[in-house]
Order: sequence, then C-alpha cells, then structure tokens
Amino acid sequence: MIKNGTRLASQVCDTQVIVVRSADTLDDLRCGGAPMVELGAERSGELDPAFSDGAVMGKRYVDEAGAEVLVTKAGAGTLAVGQTALSLKEAKPLPASD
Amino acid sequence: MASSSDPERTAVVSGDVRLTTQQLSDLADGGAGIIAGSGASHVAYVGTGGAMLPLLIFASARAGLTFTPINYWLSAEGIKALIARLPDPLVVIDNRYLDELGGPDGLEGVAKQVTVSDDFLAQARDAEPAVEFADPDSVGIVLFTSGTTSQPKAVELTHNNLTSYVTGTVEFGSAEPTDAALICVPPYHIAGVSAALSNLYAGRKMVYLPIFDPEEWVRLIDAEHVTSATVVPTMLDRIVTVLEGGQHRLPSLRNLAYGGSKVPLPLVRKALELLPHVGFVNAYGLTETSSTIAVLTPDDHRDAQAAADPAVVRRLASVGQPVPSVEVQIRDEAGAVLPAGQTGELFVRGEQVSGRYTGVGSVLDADGWFPTKDIATLDQGGYLFIGGRSDDTIIRGGENIAPAELEDVLAEHPHVRDVAVVGVDDPQWGQAIVAVVVPAVGAEPDPEELREHVRKSLRGSRTPDRVVFRDELPTNATGKVLRREIVEELRAAPAEQ
Repeated sequence: MIKNGTRLASQVCDTQVIVVRSADTLDDLRCGGAPMVELGAERSGELDPAFSDGAVMGKRYVDEAGAEVLVTKAGAGTLAVGQTALSLKEAKPLPASD
Repeated sequence: MASSSDPERTAVVSGDVRLTTQQLSDLADGGAGIIAGSGASHVAYVGTGGAMLPLLIFASARAGLTFTPINYWLSAEGIKALIARLPDPLVVIDNRYLDELGGPDGLEGVAKQVTVSDDFLAQARDAEPAVEFADPDSVGIVLFTSGTTSQPKAVELTHNNLTSYVTGTVEFGSAEPTDAALICVPPYHIAGVSAALSNLYAGRKMVYLPIFDPEEWVRLIDAEHVTSATVVPTMLDRIVTVLEGGQHRLPSLRNLAYGGSKVPLPLVRKALELLPHVGFVNAYGLTETSSTIAVLTPDDHRDAQAAADPAVVRRLASVGQPVPSVEVQIRDEAGAVLPAGQTGELFVRGEQVSGRYTGVGSVLDADGWFPTKDIATLDQGGYLFIGGRSDDTIIRGGENIAPAELEDVLAEHPHVRDVAVVGVDDPQWGQAIVAVVVPAVGAEPDPEELREHVRKSLRGSRTPDRVVFRDELPTNATGKVLRREIVEELRAAPAEQ
C-alpha cells in the first residue's frame, strides 16, 4: 500500500497530489487516464479526453474505500482509481476565526 | 502549496520583516536544513513569534521533526523544566529570553543545541535545504497546556489533526488578494498555531503583533488594511476602551473573532455597538482539539441581537454550533448521553481531536470520544453553552455550583467590570462561595446589593457568601483567570471582607 504522505504526479498533465489517507485502491490511482507516478519519475502517454475534467488546487478527493488525496498542483486530468473518478470532498467554509 | 499557487503574494508582515509566500517557503526549506543538520530529535522555540512561528512550524515539518513553541512568560526555571521534557531538542530562542536563562550554558543538559532566533533566520537564507514530507499520522506539534489547575500537560497533535481542521473549514486560496489577518495571539497557544496554518492556506496576509498593545492594534488595522483579527477577552476589553475614547471606525475590518476563554456578555454587546459593520465570531476550542470546534457566526450574533425570542437572544452567550467535522455529546456523571437543555460534561469526536498526551497516551474512550472537562449544555437549536471547567465546580453544602452561572449574573450589574467566583474552604458548608469583583470605573458597589442582585436571578444557595473587591483579576497572557491564585490569596487573608 502507498505510504501516507507520498507525493505523486500525473504523467499526462500538471497535476500533483499528496496522499493524505492511503488505501489499497490507490495502487491504481490515475490522472488523465494514466497511472500516477512518483515525483520526478519518467512520464509518458497523453491525456485521455474521457478523463479531462481537471483536478483543482487545494481540494481533497476521496474514493469509496476511504482513500484521500490533496491536490498540491492543479492539472487538466481527472483523478481516478481505475475507471472510477474520485469525488471532491467539499470544505464547509466558516468565517475566519483564527 | 501556497508558494506554488501565488509565489509573489505577501504572506507575512512582522515588524520590519515582509515575506512573500515564496520567500517563506525558501526560508522554511533552509530552516529545515539547519534542523536536519543539528542532529536534534525535536525543535523548541522560546520567543514572541511573529514571522518566526510560521517559519519554524514549516521548517520543522519539512525536517520531519516535532515542533514545540514554549510560553516565554514562564520563569527561567519553568522554561527549562518544559524543555527538559522534550527529547534532545534544538532550542531556537529570542535573544532577550536567552539572556534571562543565563546564556546558552543555562540550557546545558536539556538542549541538544541552542540557536538565537536572528541567527536561525540569517542562516536559513543560505542553508542547504531539506525537504521531507512528514507522515500525516506522526506528531507535528506538541503544545504544553497552560497548567492553570495542574502541571502543564504535553498535548500531541498529528499533522492530520492539524490539517483536517484547516482543509475541513477553509477553502484553499479563498481569501481576496487584499485580505489580511492581524495575529496577536501568542505562538505557544493553539490559536497561534492554527492562525499560521489556516491564514496561509486561505491566502490571507498575516500581520503579526507579537506584544499586544491596544493602540498599536488599532493603528495596524488601518495601516495594513486588516480584514480579520482574533483576540482573547482581555485584549477585547482594552480595544473597546480605546475605541470608546477615540474616533476609530476600523473601516477595513470585516471579521473579529474572540475566544480563548469566556467573554462577559456586556463586553460583547459594547463591542457590537462600537463596530456595527464588523462580523463577530466567537470561537471555542481546546489545545487537545487542534483549536476551533464550535463557532458562533456573525449571522448568529446579528440574529441574537435582533431577536424577540428569548431562546435566540440567549445564544449571544453561546459558543455557537459545532463545526461540521466535529461531533459533540453532553454526558452525565454516569456517562449517559443527555438530551438538549440538560447540563453535563462535553465530549467531542472528530479527526482534529487528538486527546493524546506525551507520557500519558490517549485519553479517548473506546469510541474515540474526548472528555473536555468543560461543563456544557446544548439548546434545542444545537447551540453549545459552556459553563466553565468541571475542576472549578464549587460544592457548597453538597450542591454542585458552576461559577460561570453566578459570574454571568454579576457581570450584568452596572457596577461590575469583571468578576470571578470561586469556592474557599468553609467549616460549615464544605466550600463557601466568594465573588471577587473588579468594580466598574468610578463605581463603589455595595456587597449586599450585589448579593441581592444574584439572589433575584438564582436560588438562595447560589448567592455569594462573601463579595470582595480587587483592582484586577490575575490572568495569564491569553486572558484565562488564574482561579487557583485567587483562592490561595483568599486563603492567606480569610478575615477580609
């Protein structure tokens, strides 16, 4: 299983994430249709138009197994486990209290 | 993350120091290099904060070490005793406090290495960077509780505890480019830590005022176009005094949060009147819960002010509703969950709740609930009312009495500026109730009249047995009343009325 805190990059767009909460499902984490790789690893492939809804900076994405990743750099690809897109975990903004 | 999104934005203003997000990030990388090179197992900071606080939080995290800011108001012995509880720490310390400790030798045997803050900052500019990503379940920050009732406890907060609060309640980069937060809460307090994290995440410029002064606070609001600020009750009291004496309108200010300990209701009302355009926020939280777990929003304040329904009016004295990621329960002494309207101990659960202490372990129950030791009630609308610490409960003639109940009544008397109610040993009742009152300016309150004022609102057994007057109440730097000191002082002079 991928370690919490691992940073991963898309091969086909600018997206980068940090694994906040790992699960076995993240072994098949993809972005833009291609498997995500360690930062600085070799990249190949092209963005799959079917997975091009984008990943938004500063947002958390989750799957049904409880895995959670935080986007640290936005990109054009959709985050997914296998063929299933991750869903956006909404923050519930509060008035500034700090 | 903030640096990659908007590197040129001003992130920190602290005295003469101004840093962009990129500069802060570069300094944190260099700082991490210094920390990693020191061979230390922990990072401690003794100082007034400002830019040093976010810098050391992030530098420690990037070096994969736990960080502990220490209360610089403590005596030299007190500071040393806390540092001695940390494993082989690198101690970063402001010059003046190093002098008080008798120079670097004063920390021999308790610190792995000692570095003066200014030197750390200078070295971080060209140190070989280190960038690790800490395991989210590892301890990011250890904070010592204020220890007003007992020996300070070392609360362990994981990166996950700290970030789940931020990512759960703040949208990344949600602040307007012109937004600025004025931070005057001390670095060793959980509010200081969460302010650094959440404002950077929101993309809000952080303006630091390390040594609080109400005139300077007002000046900085205007000079830096500050849009939000957080204060503790004693600060709010002094700010209100300045506002009453001058023509300050603070046009840039949109949000003013208060918390840290209970704010007397008349003071809240006065502040609301003086700053009608400002959204007030009452935030409630504990060190063990990584800061805020309940919030009374600006709308809640306005609704309570405008309402005719007494239940809604009363909410001005509440700490609002729990934040979405936190669950709350009120339990009785046997552990049964109480319905709305009944008073018991507050239990909380959620990802931001740590409940772990170094050397003690986790105090969470089997289902993950943390006992706050705060007495609380939920109303029908889910608004949370805090009735003080259970440790402060007075037991008079077998009856449990929460000091907050009497304090709320006494604070409403026009001759009362501030008040603390405590129990002192009494041969007849076990404990007698003593109200320690700070009179309003120019007032000479009559003890009998104050007792009568309480008797009209509460049961006879909850009337103070004695009322004594003081020029001020002993508080710590974050405005928490030091009840133990009051009790000790009363014990030393029992005959005085």
